[in-house]
Amino acid sequence: MKLITAIVKPFKLDDVREALSELGVSGVTVTEVKGFGRQKGHTELYRGAEYVVDFLPKAKIEVAVTDERADQAVAAISKAASTGKIGDGKIFVTALEQVIRIRTGETGDEAL
Amino acid sequence: MKSLISTFMLLSILSFAGITTAEPAASAVEIKTLATPSEPVVEAVAVVAEIAAPAAVPAPAANKGDTAWMIVATVLVILMVIPGLALFYGGMVRAKNMLSILMQVFVIFSLTAVLWAIYGYSVAFTEGGAFFGGFDKLFLKGITPDSLAATFSKGVYVPEYIYVAFQLTFSAITPALIIGAFAERVKFSAILLFTVIWFSFSYLPLAHMVWYWAGPDAYTDAAAAEKAGATAGFLFQKGALDFAGGTVVHINAGIAGLVGCLMIGKRIGFKKESLAPHSVTMTMIGASLLWVGWFGFNVGSNLEANGLAALVFVNTLLAAAAATLGWVFAEWLLRGKPSMLGGASGAVAGLVAITPACGWAGPMGAILLGLVAGVVCFWSVTSLKSKLGYDDSLDAFGVHGIGGILGALGTAVVASPALGGTGVWDYVSNSVADYNMTGQLISQSWGVIIAVVWSGVVSYVAYKFVDIVIGLRVTEEVEREGLDVSSHGETAYHL
Repeated sequence: MKLITAIVKPFKLDDVREALSELGVSGVTVTEVKGFGRQKGHTELYRGAEYVVDFLPKAKIEVAVTDERADQAVAAISKAASTGKIGDGKIFVTALEQVIRIRTGETGDEAL
Repeated sequence: MKSLISTFMLLSILSFAGITTAEPAASAVEIKTLATPSEPVVEAVAVVAEIAAPAAVPAPAANKGDTAWMIVATVLVILMVIPGLALFYGGMVRAKNMLSILMQVFVIFSLTAVLWAIYGYSVAFTEGGAFFGGFDKLFLKGITPDSLAATFSKGVYVPEYIYVAFQLTFSAITPALIIGAFAERVKFSAILLFTVIWFSFSYLPLAHMVWYWAGPDAYTDAAAAEKAGATAGFLFQKGALDFAGGTVVHINAGIAGLVGCLMIGKRIGFKKESLAPHSVTMTMIGASLLWVGWFGFNVGSNLEANGLAALVFVNTLLAAAAATLGWVFAEWLLRGKPSMLGGASGAVAGLVAITPACGWAGPMGAILLGLVAGVVCFWSVTSLKSKLGYDDSLDAFGVHGIGGILGALGTAVVASPALGGTGVWDYVSNSVADYNMTGQLISQSWGVIIAVVWSGVVSYVAYKFVDIVIGLRVTEEVEREGLDVSSHGETAYHL
């Protein structure tokens, strides 16, 4: 099993969710996060006081999938979240040791 | 009343017709007299008295129209403070200090209101010395529903109770303006104690000095005028014009703010961390409420609902609009982007600047004064402040102090009849007096200098006293945590 963590532009969140649903992914976790990458921040000016905003808002999507489906899922997120401009985000894929569905006690692939 | 006035108008038209054919020169004089707002009513009353009961002199009574307007105007000024000023300031602080600002404005308003009734009104608006009034009306003693307050027209009155309430709102907004200078770092208890001292020794004497006079009825002839004039407040005697409180409210509060932020010191993280406004949206709502409420502030200061009130209304509207444009375009040119915070600040700067001038300027003078105020106040909060390095958090001095001084001095210019102003009314000759701009500028400077020095000294002593008794500043830990949780046990937003 793999855990895919994707950092994307907030307005691309719905597109990513739809693309994953089409693949049959049955659940994701989304968090509003802030951070910086190559896009860096921007400057805001309030009555002459300049503030550099280093951290830009992004959406973090976490989705657990079976090993077979991982590549497809990564491709789907990548396609859906892309604008071709700087700041589109990143996808991290990590190995996932165990998954447990709390209600039934199912584990592994069955719990996904 | 309506039929009475129309009968009178009919009569005057008939008499006009007669005079016009006979002596064209005399008719011009007659028209001028008619233009004075109070004249028709007074004459009409006199006519009725002669016809109905020649012996009975009608007792002076409050004018119902003026009374109705003053009630509305008073409510509008309250709207300026709560929630107008509270939101305007609140939006500019960080979210962790939002409630502290709302609470400070709300409680200062309530505290000052009660103090006003107990001794404030008496000290400001009864006869006494040139600097302080007397104690004849402590606890509003002797005021009844039948008590009358003078307006700016002879023989026209409003109930004293509404005058008390209207002036109350002015005394309540002034200390609330000061807190913008040291927002986000001062103890709530310290602010309340400071308010009591500053209200008593800076607001009340300034209001007495600028506004207290015997009323127009006392000015019957030159000798009576001199006698009545001697009982007026110090700056009134100096001839300083302040229609709605440029000196008493704005310079007074602005200087207190400047002294405060210099003595209290900068916020932790000033120029190092982001101290950006948490909601410019709130600030825009607050500025708009201030703008709307300011019609009560300025137009209400006319005390009568007449033609001059309409001029004050137009001046207030135009100055704020022009100042918005002045600030926004200056910002756009010099800083690259026109900001909403700039627009809101510009409107307030224009309102501040027109406040002393609104009864004497013409509409074009108001636009000019507004434009200049927008640009100058923009400069004061962006360049002057960073050059001098003080942390006037919400620019109480930068907008109210600077805008107030500019307006007070500018009044001498825009009041000139040669520039479309109304000039200054002479209550002895009942006509507009000859206008001397240099002389007026000197009178205005008296107002500015006295306000700056008086408020500066009283504020310094008051802050020192409060610092010794309570301590002005919160601890570093509290300042980092935010005043909402530490001082008030609440959080503004639960999102």
